[in-house]
Amino acid sequence: MLAFTVRRAIQAIGVMIAVGIIAFSMFRFAGDPVNQMVSIDTPAAERAAIREQLGLNDPIPVQFVRYFAGAAQFNFGISYQFRQPVATLLKERMPATLELATVATILAIVFGILTGVYSALRRDSIPAKILQAVSLIGISLPTFLIGILLIYLFAVTLGWLPSFGRGQVVRIGWWTTGLLTVSGLKALIMPSVTLGLFQMTLIMRLVRAEMLEVLRTDYIRFARARGLTTRAIHFGHALRNTLVPVITVAGLQFGSVIAFAIITETVFQWPGMGLLFVQAVQNVDIPIMAAYLLMVSLIFVTINLAVDILYTVVDPRLRATVSRAG
Amino acid sequence: MTEPVLSVRNLQVEFATRRHTLRAIDGVSFDIAKGEVLGVVGESGAGKSVTGLAVIGLIDPPGRICGGEIRLSGLRIDHLPAEEIRRIRGKRVGMIFQDPLTSLNPLYRIGDQIVETIKTHMSLSDSAARKRAIDLLAEVGIPAPDKRIDGYPHEFSGGMRQRVVIALAICAEPELIIADEPTTALDVSVQAQIIGLIKRLGRDHGTAVMLVTHDMGVIAETCDRVAVMYSGRIAEIGPVGDVVRNPLHPYARGLMGAIPTLAGDDKRLVQIPGAMPRLSAIPPGCSFNPRCAFAFERCRIERPEPIRRGAQAVACHLFDASVKDSAA
Repeated sequence: MLAFTVRRAIQAIGVMIAVGIIAFSMFRFAGDPVNQMVSIDTPAAERAAIREQLGLNDPIPVQFVRYFAGAAQFNFGISYQFRQPVATLLKERMPATLELATVATILAIVFGILTGVYSALRRDSIPAKILQAVSLIGISLPTFLIGILLIYLFAVTLGWLPSFGRGQVVRIGWWTTGLLTVSGLKALIMPSVTLGLFQMTLIMRLVRAEMLEVLRTDYIRFARARGLTTRAIHFGHALRNTLVPVITVAGLQFGSVIAFAIITETVFQWPGMGLLFVQAVQNVDIPIMAAYLLMVSLIFVTINLAVDILYTVVDPRLRATVSRAG
Repeated sequence: MTEPVLSVRNLQVEFATRRHTLRAIDGVSFDIAKGEVLGVVGESGAGKSVTGLAVIGLIDPPGRICGGEIRLSGLRIDHLPAEEIRRIRGKRVGMIFQDPLTSLNPLYRIGDQIVETIKTHMSLSDSAARKRAIDLLAEVGIPAPDKRIDGYPHEFSGGMRQRVVIALAICAEPELIIADEPTTALDVSVQAQIIGLIKRLGRDHGTAVMLVTHDMGVIAETCDRVAVMYSGRIAEIGPVGDVVRNPLHPYARGLMGAIPTLAGDDKRLVQIPGAMPRLSAIPPGCSFNPRCAFAFERCRIERPEPIRRGAQAVACHLFDASVKDSAA
């Protein structure tokens, strides 16, 4: 088990180095960084000084190692447009994105599993059929459209919820949270629904399909023959077996929730990393783009690792395979 | 005579499909006494398993029991409300399925599954239920049960898993065990052990056993009585010695004739020509008539009812006293 975790962790580091190479190469392909930093009438001597100061005259492998070593300590260089360390900017923006993504994922998992189980157990009922139909809309409508529709309905027409921003935030150390104020919570509703809707419908459809599959298995039939209560069969036996594949998808989806937050953050002007990234793309602010790439990959890789470990907790058969192979 | 543990009278089971309603079981009647093992044999699709599932109330829609009655020690159990039949399942009637590899939930320790079942049917504390689970595992012949109880199903071999399944079936001291081909998925040496186990449990606890199988060897070795089923009906029923040595129904004779013997005479085994009719195309009269060498006019028109012959009962016009036996 430990060997398995260590091996997975080493693989994860390998992935991060590969992403680091890609992030680093962005600096080389997007033009001369010195030109981004100086104005047109800066003298050549000054440009050379900046070049030397940034270490751009060193061999590329040296530059890469320097960049990667810095990145490992969350030092991603200086943003071209803000003239501030990228790490500081990300640190300011990260709480907003993580709060949004976490709330959206929790909403998606809770409602996805509830509606999925319901529509599997009562698959011929009218509510279940309505859920199936609505979930198709959730899966096929693009996120930004749902966001705009929500803004039109709840912010513009009804005026119940704010249409942009995070509302009032409370500062705890360097972390800012909107979860403790009424206006912060109200501001969180629409973006998290928008962001989580796709995942929710995905999880719902997955849970439904898996559960219908599990309910047909011999061990469920045998559980019924043993006279267990319907409740024990559905929620004890069937649901746990259903959750094995759901964990993978939900885990991977959390990564894409953070990545897709770009669109939702843009629609709702949410002051998170996604919005920072969009601004960085517009201004060719390479250090921010590279850092964002690294951060998102780090989150993906971490979640993948966590899902792999969680798997073995839920399914004892994998534990055996893992310790034999590990 | 005391009341039989299981009494099935004129049972009928239908499956409604889009085009027609198929009658899978059509007028099956039999009794099983306390401590008795009744074997049910027949080809695939003869209705053996459906009969077992009907008794325990596990016929899933679109199937349904559409006629007859099932009594468990006198209590009528067909058409009981779902909650009441659930209380009977596992407590008064235990069931063993064919494939032990898929009968256990792979994500739970076997001990948890046994304790869960015990606690569903008996008011015992956790520790008492666990102790009972260990005793049950010991009784079905699992070595080191106090350790194995914390194992997961995938850590057991097929034969051991079937023992666990049997422990689950008997954990609330049922009056009746329905074993649906309990040995089909196991290899031959393990089959003998499992059959021996079921037989011993029936004897020790006075449990009635309905043993569904298509293995005549298992029947001959284990059962007190045997019912031969053919397309949803019982062709012949009687004490196992009589039916095996002196089968009356032409189909039963064909079945017995098709068993290879160790004596090693090199005659060809008897073969019944043709195949069992599909449920949607059961011929009028006796459903066996197209394959029967002795069929006569009446077999094609009138359905035979069971006729008593000594301890046996046979559903065949050849044995109707009003007909002079010319062929039999």
